[in-house]
Amino acid sequence: MLNLLGDLGAWGLQALTRLGRAHLLLLAMLRGLLEILRRPRLLVDQLYSVGVLTLLIIGVAGLFVGMVLALQGYNVLSRFGGETALGFMVAASLVRELGPVLTALLFAGRAGSALTAEIGLMKATEQLSGLEMMAVNPEHRVLAPRFFAGLIAVPMLAALFSCLGVLGGWMVGGGLLGVDQAAFWNGMQDGIDFNDDIINGVIKSLVFGFVCTWIAIFQGYDCVPTSEGVSRATTRTVVHSSLAVLGLDFVLTALMFG
Amino acid sequence: MEKSPADNREEPLVRIRGLRFRRGERWIFDGLDIDIPRGAVTAIMGPSGTGKTTLLKLIGGQLVPDEGSIEVDGQNVHALSTAELYRLRMRMGMLFQSGALLTDLSVFDNVAFPLREHTRLTESMIRKLVLLKLEAVGLRGARDLMPAELSGGMARRVALARAIALDPMMIMYDEPFTGQDPISMGVLVQLIRQLNDAARLTSILVSHDVAETLQIADRVYVISGGRVIESGTPAELAESGGEWTRQFIQGLPDGPVPFHYPAPPLADDLLQGAVC
Repeated sequence: MLNLLGDLGAWGLQALTRLGRAHLLLLAMLRGLLEILRRPRLLVDQLYSVGVLTLLIIGVAGLFVGMVLALQGYNVLSRFGGETALGFMVAASLVRELGPVLTALLFAGRAGSALTAEIGLMKATEQLSGLEMMAVNPEHRVLAPRFFAGLIAVPMLAALFSCLGVLGGWMVGGGLLGVDQAAFWNGMQDGIDFNDDIINGVIKSLVFGFVCTWIAIFQGYDCVPTSEGVSRATTRTVVHSSLAVLGLDFVLTALMFG
Repeated sequence: MEKSPADNREEPLVRIRGLRFRRGERWIFDGLDIDIPRGAVTAIMGPSGTGKTTLLKLIGGQLVPDEGSIEVDGQNVHALSTAELYRLRMRMGMLFQSGALLTDLSVFDNVAFPLREHTRLTESMIRKLVLLKLEAVGLRGARDLMPAELSGGMARRVALARAIALDPMMIMYDEPFTGQDPISMGVLVQLIRQLNDAARLTSILVSHDVAETLQIADRVYVISGGRVIESGTPAELAESGGEWTRQFIQGLPDGPVPFHYPAPPLADDLLQGAVC
């Protein structure tokens, strides 16, 4: 029993220490904003790496999710003669929930895992130590541009996801299922509120981008610098980010729409 | 260039006193005293796991000792602010065991990296300096290659060119000869000595490659069990009567460092297996 308590205490201390290190890293990355303002090129390079290279998976996923939403929505709405609300239903689902959440999950799988692996390998091959010995702060030079790139990229990717989702919904609803086009778009325009839906969706995706990128960078920076350590850290990035996104989505939804 | 606070040729460049450092429960250094003289190649030798790389990280301020002090050019490394430490590091070069080249940059850009970070030189001036540094290590022709296209020996030579890019006062070499073929090894041995003498550097060479290290070192410290167990010129060490130093220098399989990892008697182990 005492051993169990001891183990529990040790685990708790370890988790708290790790949390402390993660917050110190976050502070260091925020201080790195000055370096980015001095050399915006660092941020642009990372925006390409974490943002542009994630466009394809986000675009394709958004399109298909919108198409599926329209199909499922039509089946339900047509029972009550409410097909004209299809546009609003597709757009509201995407802008409020599916856009920010699925984008963040896909971002964690595509860009987050790549960030962790890249930083972990830089650590394992002593590149980060090498930078320190060249009097270059790796937290400012390497980590901060990646962090801010993730923070900027996720809301933009979520917007793209939602737009392509609406397009997919319109293709299926308006094209395949024969829903009235004017009703589809009018329902969407009337039902979607800029502040309640769009701004709240953007806030959600900003929070998810912040958390996913922070987790990915911390896992890479804090990993055991071996091939096994990098592999474990990459897995942890995807698992922790996904759970954090789903948990935070509930909290944010309760605060915004509850 | 910044004026050295202790610009006295008689004073050692690096002075380590009473250094104690531990990882977990194990003391890596337990009262280490070392002086690194200016302008010389000083080797720090010892078997794997004695903390040689850790010592370089302590000198570079990447690790903090539990007790004791490390002074570099008169400055207590661990009492400096971050800005002061970074200023000091600009006057130190370090060659990592793996080379530590930035894998997304070409050879040219790797060598240019510290110049672009810390100077306001024009690109044409940087180009000239980089080509001169690469010429010094014999790799001017490889400037457009990426790190993945280099052999291990070439990567270390590029890393060496990068380490001398800012004309530092000292260079620390972490196991520069490990895993090198005889030709690369010969090139590196020659380069370390020549660069030290031509650029009036101070070199700290951490290695367990006895023959190569003794060939170029002016002074050698042998460490074991967290302390210096012997020091002197290579000739003095070669004639050392110390049992431990003799085993290390001559590469004897058994001696004060036993061949067997501590274990119960073989017969006991075998009998225990039979019972199971």
